[in-house]
Amino acid sequence: MLNTVILISSGMVGLAMLLCLWRLLKGPDITDRILALDTLYINSIALIILLGLYHGSAMYFEGALLIAMLGFVSTSAVAKYLLRGDIIE
Amino acid sequence: MTSLNNLLAYTDHLVAGLLLFGAFFMLIGSWGLAKLPDFFTRLHAPTKASTLGMGSTLLASLVWFSVQEGSLHIHELVISIFLFLTAPVSAYMMGKAAIHRSRPMVDGTRNAEQAERASERRGLKDEGPESKSS
Amino acid sequence: MGRLLPMPWHSLMLLVVWLLLNGVSYGQLLLGTILGLLIPIMTYPYVRGHAPIQKPFSLVVYGLRLVWDIVVANLDVARRILLPNRFLKPGWLVYPLSMSEPFPVTILASSISLTPGTVSVEFSEDRSCLYIHVLHLTDEDELIAFIRRRYEQPLKEIFGC
Repeated sequence: MLNTVILISSGMVGLAMLLCLWRLLKGPDITDRILALDTLYINSIALIILLGLYHGSAMYFEGALLIAMLGFVSTSAVAKYLLRGDIIE
Repeated sequence: MTSLNNLLAYTDHLVAGLLLFGAFFMLIGSWGLAKLPDFFTRLHAPTKASTLGMGSTLLASLVWFSVQEGSLHIHELVISIFLFLTAPVSAYMMGKAAIHRSRPMVDGTRNAEQAERASERRGLKDEGPESKSS
Repeated sequence: MGRLLPMPWHSLMLLVVWLLLNGVSYGQLLLGTILGLLIPIMTYPYVRGHAPIQKPFSLVVYGLRLVWDIVVANLDVARRILLPNRFLKPGWLVYPLSMSEPFPVTILASSISLTPGTVSVEFSEDRSCLYIHVLHLTDEDELIAFIRRRYEQPLKEIFGC
C-alpha cells in the first residue's frame, strides 16, 4: 500500500513542479522567476525524499541536504544581486 | 509478535497519511504560485504552504526510517529545521528585491502607498540594515 | 571565556549537529570536537554580541506555540489560495516595533513571515517600523494588537529588552 501512496505523492509533487516551471517560463518579472526557482528546489527536495522512501535507502538525505543549502544560498545571492548590483561587498 | 505487526501496520497508515498531506500542501503552494495575481501575494504561497508540505513529508520519512532501523533517524530533523530557518530569510530577500523594483500590485491592494514609501526612502545601493561594516 | 573557547555554546552546538549528521563514534567525536573548537575561533571576530536570553524556558514555549501557529496559518493560507482570486483582499501593514535589539527583531520578523498570512518585507529607515504584506487584510489595528500580544511581548520578556 505504501508504495502506491509514494507514487501518488510523487505524481502530486511532480505536478507542483510543472506549475513552478510554468511560472518560471511566464515570468513576467525576474523576481517571479527567482520565486519559482525557490519553490522548485523545495519541491525537488520533497521528490528526493520520496525516492529515498521508495527505495528504502537513507542515502538520499545527503543529496537533499545539499540541495537545501545550495538552493538557499543561490536564492539569496540572486536576490541580493538584484538589490545591489553585486553579491559580495 | 502480533502487537509488533500491528504497530508496523499503524506506522504504514501514519506514513501514508503524512505523505499525502505533505504532497497535497506542496501542490497547493505551487498552485498558488501559478495562479495568484501579483508578486507579493505569490510570495505567500511557497513560504507557507511549502514549509508545511516539506515538514509533513520529512516527518513521514523520519517515522518510517526510525521504525525500520529501530532508532531515531535524525537527518530529516536537521533538513526541516534548516528549511524553517531559511524560508523567512529568502522570502524577506525576495520581497525586498521586489519592493525596490516597484513591482506592480493587484488592484484593490490596501495601503499600497505605504509600499511606495518604503521603496522610495532608500536607493538601491545605499546602506541597508543587513550591510555590515565591511 | 578566553581565547581558546570564545563561544562555548556555539562549540557545543556544532559538535551536536556534527554527531547528528554523521552518527556517534569515537572518530566522529574527535573530528566534531576539533571542528567545534576551530570554527568559533575563526569566526569570532565577525560576530557581534546579541541580547542574552533571559528565560530559556519561555523560548521553548514560544517555539512550540510557533509550530502550532505555523500549522494553523498554513491551513488558512491554503484555503485562501483555493478560493477564487476575487475574494482576496491583500494589503500592506506598517507595524510599529517597540524593541530595537537586532536579534529579537530578526526572530520577530521570521515569526511573522512563517505565520498568519503575513510576510515581513522591509524595515523603515530608522528601524522603528516593519513593512508587512498581508494576504487577507481585514482589520489593521486588530492584527497589530494580535502580533504584539502573541509574538512581541513574549520575545521582549525572553530577551529582557
